[in-house]
Amino acid sequence: MTDALDVAVRLLLVFVAFLVLPLVVGQTEHKVMAHMQGRLGPMYAGGFHGWAQLVADGVKFAQKEDVVPKDADRRVFQLAPAVALLPYLLVLVAIPVAPGSVGAVVDAGIFFALAVMGVGVLGSLMAGWASANKFSLLGGLRTAAQLLAYELPMLLAAASVAMAAGTVSLTGVLDAFAWWWVPWQIVGALVFFVAGLAELQRPPFDMPVADSEIIFGAYTEYTGLRFALFLLAEYAGIVVLCALTTVLFLGGWHGPWGDDGLGWLWTLLKTAVLAFVVIWLRVSYPRLREDQLQKLAWTVLVPLALAQIALTGIVKVAIN
Amino acid sequence: MILAAPPAHPGFLSPTGVEVAFLLVGLVTLGAAVVSVTTKQLVHAALWLVVALGGLAVEYLLLTAEFIAWVQVLIYVGSVVVLLLFGLMLTRAPIGRSPDADSGNRPVALAVAAAAAAALVWVVWDAFRKSWIDLEGPAQGSTGVTGEILFRHWVLPFEALSVLLLAALVGAIVLSRKKPEGERD
Repeated sequence: MTDALDVAVRLLLVFVAFLVLPLVVGQTEHKVMAHMQGRLGPMYAGGFHGWAQLVADGVKFAQKEDVVPKDADRRVFQLAPAVALLPYLLVLVAIPVAPGSVGAVVDAGIFFALAVMGVGVLGSLMAGWASANKFSLLGGLRTAAQLLAYELPMLLAAASVAMAAGTVSLTGVLDAFAWWWVPWQIVGALVFFVAGLAELQRPPFDMPVADSEIIFGAYTEYTGLRFALFLLAEYAGIVVLCALTTVLFLGGWHGPWGDDGLGWLWTLLKTAVLAFVVIWLRVSYPRLREDQLQKLAWTVLVPLALAQIALTGIVKVAIN
Repeated sequence: MILAAPPAHPGFLSPTGVEVAFLLVGLVTLGAAVVSVTTKQLVHAALWLVVALGGLAVEYLLLTAEFIAWVQVLIYVGSVVVLLLFGLMLTRAPIGRSPDADSGNRPVALAVAAAAAAALVWVVWDAFRKSWIDLEGPAQGSTGVTGEILFRHWVLPFEALSVLLLAALVGAIVLSRKKPEGERD
C-alpha cells in the first residue's frame, strides 16, 4: 500500500511541476523580454507586476472557438496537440531532481528522454500535414528537416556523457559526476543545448514557425485550446531541455555547498539559469536561414560532437 | 541468450498479468500493422506505422529489454517515420484517399511478407523453445546485460551488420550521384 502511495505522490508532484514550471518560464519570458527591450511587459493582470497574465491568457484561449478547417484531416488535426505535448510530461517523470527524488527510475534514462522527446516532433508534423494549408505544410517540412539534422549531434553529445559515466541512467550519471566534468564535457554540453534548442524550434532556430514568412508554420490553422497546447508544449520543452542539460552536463544536484537536503535547489537553480539563456537568445539573435541551419548542424555540431566523444574516450582510458 | 531456467515449467494455462498484457499489446501492434498496409491514405499509413512500432517497443519493455525498447522508439518512431513523413510531404501527400497508390505487385508482396514472417517465427520458436524469462529477479535485458552479450558473444554479426549498413549508405550515395543517360561531366 505504501509503495502505491509513494508512486502516486511522485507522479502527482511531477504532474504539478509539469503544469507550473512551463507557465513560470512563460511569465519570465514576458518579463525578461520586456526589460531587455526597454519596456515593462504585462503589468495589470493579477495586480503585482502582471503575475496572472498567463492565467488570463489561458482563460482567453479556452473561450475561443475551436475551428477545424473544412479540408483538414479532422482526426489527425485534433490529435496533433496531444502528441506534441504528452512526450514532455513523460520525460519529466524520468528526470532526477535530488538524490532519491525522481518520478520513476528508468534504467536507460538518457535514451528514454531523447527517444520520447523525438516523438513530440511528430505532433508538429501531423499538424503541418493535416491542416490542408500550404504554409502549414512548409512548416512541417522545415520541422522534419531540422529534426533530422539536429537529432544526431544531440545523441552524440549525450553518448559522450554516457561514456564518461559508464552508464546510461540519469541518476547513474549524477552519482558518477565530479566537478571537473564540466570543463571536460563543455563542448558536448554546448552541442547538446544548441541541438536541443533547434529541436524545440526556439529562436534563433525558429525557421519552421517563422511568423514573417510562413505565418506560424504548422500551427497556422490552430485556434483556442489546441493552439494553447502547442504553446505549452514549447515551454514544457524548454523546461525539459534545460533540466536534461543540467542533469547531464552541469552536475544536477551537486553544488559547491549544501549537498545534503538542498540538492533540489541546485537542480532548479541551474535549470532556471539555462531557461534564462534560452529567453536571452530569443531576444538577441536573428533567425537562421534554412541553409545556415543545415550547415550549422552538419558541418559544425556533428564534428564537434564527434571530437568530444574522442576526447571523452582518451581521458577515460588515461584515468583508468 | 542466457535465460535462467525456472524451477518448474510455468505452462500456458494460467497466464500472468504480464503475459496477458503482452498478448493484448501484440494484438494492437498486429492490427496497426495490418491497417498501415491496407489503408488507402498514405500519411495515415505512416502514422499507423508509428502505432505498430511503438507497440513493438512496449513488447520489448514487457520482455525487460528496456534499452532495446528506447532505441526502437528513438530510431524507428523518432527518425525513420519522420523521414518517411518528410518524403511523403516533399513529394505527394494528399489529404484523403490516393487510389493510384496501389501497385500490381500486391500478391507478390503478400507472399514475400508471409514467407519472411514464417522464417522469423520459425527462427524465434526454434531458438527459445523452452526458455522462460524470470521476471522476478534482476532484469535480464538491462542495458548492461545487453551490451555484454552483444560485444562478448555476438561481435561478429554486429560488425557484419555495420558493414552491411555502410554498403547501403555508399550505394545510396552512388545512386543519387548517377547522371542521366547521355549527360557527361
